[in-house]
Amino acid sequence: MTPILQLKGITKRFPGVLANDHIDLDLRKGEILALLGENGAGKTTLMNILYGLYQPDEGEIFIEGEKVTIDSPTDAIKTGIGMVHQHFMLIPVFTVTENVMLGEETIKYGDFLDRKKAAKRIMDISEKYNLQVAPNDYIRDLPVGVQQRVEIIKLLYRDAEILIFDEPTAVLTPQEADELFSIMRSLSDQGNSIIFITHKLREVLDIADRIMVIRRGAVVGETTPDQADKNSLAAMMVGRDVNLEVEKTDKEPGDLVFSVKNLVVADKFQNIVVDNASLDVHAGEIVGIAGVQGNGQTELVEAITGLRKSAEGEITLLNQDITKASPRQITELGSAHVPEDRQADGLVLPFPVAENLVLCTYYKEPFSKGVILQYKTILDHAEKLIEDFDIRTPSAMTPVSSLSGGNQQKVIIARELSRPIDFLVASQPTRGLDVGSIEYIHKRIVQKRDEGCAVLLVSPELDEIMELSDRIVVMYRGQIIADLPNKDVTKEQVGLMMAGVLPEEALAEGDQHAVEPAL
Amino acid sequence: MDKKQEKQKDAGKVLIEELNQDEKESATHKRSFWNVITIPLLAILSGLIIGAFLIAATSTSVYTAFGQSFGKGITTAFSEIGSAYAALFTGSIGDPVRIFNALFSGDKEQIYKAINPFLESLVQATPYIFAGLAVALAFRAGLFNIGVEGQLFIGAACATFVGYAVKGLPVYIHMPLAFIAGGLGGALWGFIPGFLKATTGGHEVINTIMMNYIAFRLTEWLLSGPMTRPGSGGMPISPLIEESAQIPQFFPSPIRFHLGFFFALGFAWLIWWLLFKTKWGLNMRTVGTNPRAAKYAGLSVVKTTMIGMAISGALAGLAGAIQILAVNRSMALGLSSGYGFDSIALTLIGNNHPVGVVLASILFGTLRNGATRMMVVSRIPIDIVDVLQAIILMLVAAPAIIRTIYRLKEPKQEETTVFVSGWGGGQ
Repeated sequence: MTPILQLKGITKRFPGVLANDHIDLDLRKGEILALLGENGAGKTTLMNILYGLYQPDEGEIFIEGEKVTIDSPTDAIKTGIGMVHQHFMLIPVFTVTENVMLGEETIKYGDFLDRKKAAKRIMDISEKYNLQVAPNDYIRDLPVGVQQRVEIIKLLYRDAEILIFDEPTAVLTPQEADELFSIMRSLSDQGNSIIFITHKLREVLDIADRIMVIRRGAVVGETTPDQADKNSLAAMMVGRDVNLEVEKTDKEPGDLVFSVKNLVVADKFQNIVVDNASLDVHAGEIVGIAGVQGNGQTELVEAITGLRKSAEGEITLLNQDITKASPRQITELGSAHVPEDRQADGLVLPFPVAENLVLCTYYKEPFSKGVILQYKTILDHAEKLIEDFDIRTPSAMTPVSSLSGGNQQKVIIARELSRPIDFLVASQPTRGLDVGSIEYIHKRIVQKRDEGCAVLLVSPELDEIMELSDRIVVMYRGQIIADLPNKDVTKEQVGLMMAGVLPEEALAEGDQHAVEPAL
Repeated sequence: MDKKQEKQKDAGKVLIEELNQDEKESATHKRSFWNVITIPLLAILSGLIIGAFLIAATSTSVYTAFGQSFGKGITTAFSEIGSAYAALFTGSIGDPVRIFNALFSGDKEQIYKAINPFLESLVQATPYIFAGLAVALAFRAGLFNIGVEGQLFIGAACATFVGYAVKGLPVYIHMPLAFIAGGLGGALWGFIPGFLKATTGGHEVINTIMMNYIAFRLTEWLLSGPMTRPGSGGMPISPLIEESAQIPQFFPSPIRFHLGFFFALGFAWLIWWLLFKTKWGLNMRTVGTNPRAAKYAGLSVVKTTMIGMAISGALAGLAGAIQILAVNRSMALGLSSGYGFDSIALTLIGNNHPVGVVLASILFGTLRNGATRMMVVSRIPIDIVDVLQAIILMLVAAPAIIRTIYRLKEPKQEETTVFVSGWGGGQ
């Protein structure tokens, strides 16, 4: 049988980089093909070529055995290729129907929109593939998972038969992700073909029919979930063996280092985003804050680190009230902060690595004497940290902007962890990083905890929270709804709580699951 | 892959040189220096070529010659362009033959006169250097100071006042005092929009423009009222400053070359040192490049904004003070021929770096100075020089044009990121 889509020898060069190196790919009708690779491996470039955003330097594309050229997304859609982007392309103030119609309007009486007819079609699609949406809802009122369904409907409305999903689970709760997988399954059962781009190993093993691994722009292997496991996939992705389990010994927590009492934080529109939150972190303990992004974690961290004023409540660090302290005062007390958005907050991108490594300390001895910066000391310090933290950079004076995401994050980790600290706030420390860097950063955080540092970890990645935390705190709509030792809960239970299920119910539910392994 | 690393290494070296000038290796330095000035040089060349067409197109004799025959038209056009550019050159650098003869004659006065065009270009460059430094420093701190012209006027007024109203001081006190007064006046004028931005978020672009109008009208009033020269008959002009407040000129009149030029070089060095060698400079550059990271690092964005605008204003004020104390010796309304506005453009050419600002200022001073002679000798309107400058600036500001014409490669990303940040100053 001819594959529905065939790529032959696709090559794409960017100045100085070979993004895709003679990639061959077959997609059979009705299958789910996972494209697995680290960030920067060339997955997205390949898909952008397929979607008409880039032109390949070499290579050919065949659809059902016929050669095609795809010059634009419009061409791609005409040939039946559709893409669900990582960041949705929806207009919040339009309804579902209007968004789906946009660009492909159904018209009656000349130029009038026929919303009814369009809505009817949306309902048909929705029923056929079990994609539940209400055509007249406004996008802004819908949860992220439903918005993604609208994106999928948009493609099906345009008769796409080849669907590309670009990191679709990044914005979803574990439950929403499971729902998405069942949707993907029903799509493929009814004859659609799916390319699923991801760097998450678990997802690949759960859903894919076939797995292709890409490294440095080239296909390095093809396998199926039956033949592969997490470790073998990670090794293929990274090119070496990777230890995915974080080695962590049990440890009794020490003295109270940090505490928050009844904290209330408002955003700039005066909406309460952190609602009466209280939590403690002890020395030698990692407390993980689980929660879907946008449930107040960002603001909580900003309040803790002095970047945002809190409305009510009390924050204490090492027996000192820091509720109204400035970021610098908090830093000087012995706290470190790995910010959520490393490029926006954590780094000055055009500055060299060496200056970024002293971003929080350059004003002090030995990095400056009087007002004069001691560049020799700063450079020596940088050389040492580059060595210690294995930062891959051509030199200490290379602008941070030209490092990879993983190495940029290592610059921050090196800067924050190399100082003598008692308290570490790590907000999404591995966001968007590859397996190798994640492994490394996890190891460093655990090492800090073993040295007796109190660690507050914030992450929407449930796996990360489960692996690292000694205690898990769940945030939902600004409130802390659960605070439990890691060993007392399962991942499924935490997942339910992230979706707003109360701990009592979640724990009960989880137990049932435990009793009935068939589910 | 290897090529990419090679490239990054180069960028790193460029930065090291900027930070540690004493450790530089001459070979790599030359190449990176060349990289930096290629675009401005080619822009100037292209500007002169386009300017040549303009000169030919605006000359009546060329039209008359074309009326007679095509060949004659072409020759006339070339001779017009030739004489215009020769005048530009001799007016701004000097007549090589004359300099040569003067050197041989050994007559000091002859030598001075022969090199005067060049010295006069440096005189013209002096206020540009101060004003350019003002803009560059603000840019580095993420602020767009359009108020240099107004700050320059206020600085000039303050220097003038101290220059004539304070009497009986020795030179070594009076002259610095008047100079500093100019700086303080400008600093105040820069601080106000800085303060408004830091406390209320009012955008500095709007506020500095408005402060310009206030400054212009205020100096007008001062010069025709409280500061007017007795017996000027209502002319808006100030009294002459005391001799003790004057910055000395090196040679007898009409050569105006003065000590202030070296002040300007000194300040360029000082600003370079401040920006790249001190923690204050790093504060400022951090806030200017990424205010969010600055906040995260514990810096006060508010304070840095106010200080940055005040220092920038002070430098602009010094531009005005230097013009009064060293050249004009009294203040009139025609004090500035748009130094403050030109400085924004020349800072762009100079890549926001003090060294670049000095070089670009000398270019501007040279063009301005040569233009005067071009006008006298070839009867080419001075406006053509304005047009020439504008074309050069446009070409510098849109490097893509130059790159397309001369088929140059794209620069590395990090080179272009520097001055963009100045525009998005709003928070």
